[in-house]
Amino acid sequence: MNLVLYWAASFALLCFVLGMACATVRLVRGPTAQDRVLALDAFYINGMLAALTFGVRSGTPVYFDVALLIALFGFVGATAMAKFLLRGEVIEP
Amino acid sequence: MNVDIPLWAAIPASILLVAGGLLALVGSAGLLRFNNFHCRIHAPTLGNTMGAGCVLLASILVFSALQHRLVVHEVMITLLLLITSPITAMLLMRAAVYRGRRKRGESYPTATSPRTRYGRTDL
Repeated sequence: MNLVLYWAASFALLCFVLGMACATVRLVRGPTAQDRVLALDAFYINGMLAALTFGVRSGTPVYFDVALLIALFGFVGATAMAKFLLRGEVIEP
Repeated sequence: MNVDIPLWAAIPASILLVAGGLLALVGSAGLLRFNNFHCRIHAPTLGNTMGAGCVLLASILVFSALQHRLVVHEVMITLLLLITSPITAMLLMRAAVYRGRRKRGESYPTATSPRTRYGRTDL
């Protein structure tokens, strides 16, 4: 029965990698800067979910910390770039 | 792969993993296929909310079954995503509206912004 879980996790990993490829295409092709920031947002969410799914697939809880760090730093990066697009600087005086 | 995951945890976790993967893939494909930023910002929120929720629930199930106790530290990621994802979306949407209006030469609200307080209006 663990074979079912293994293949489900592999399928989910494939889905997340395809999603990351879609986000990469949008990141390269995006006509405006906010498109690229949105693509970065989708990219790090997909990467975090891929790390979590890899942890489920291999049965080790180590990848949870990786996912938490990716979520934290991805949020900081995406919000800083969105703030920069909005106001021209990130931390205002 | 450990071999002692019981059936009651493996099957729901598998279904949740497949559903989460499909939802995230649909969201990213929508990010690729829509032809306008204001349409495009809707698509990845599907993967941010439902997809992440499904995968985190599957992770809670699998690790609870593996360690024979309730493991809920994945709720931390759920809470983090729940708080941070709308902040990024709102900032990006405001930036898109502002930059779009500025590009088309329409008026945009700057009167109360801190920039004009310092006499710098050259945005």
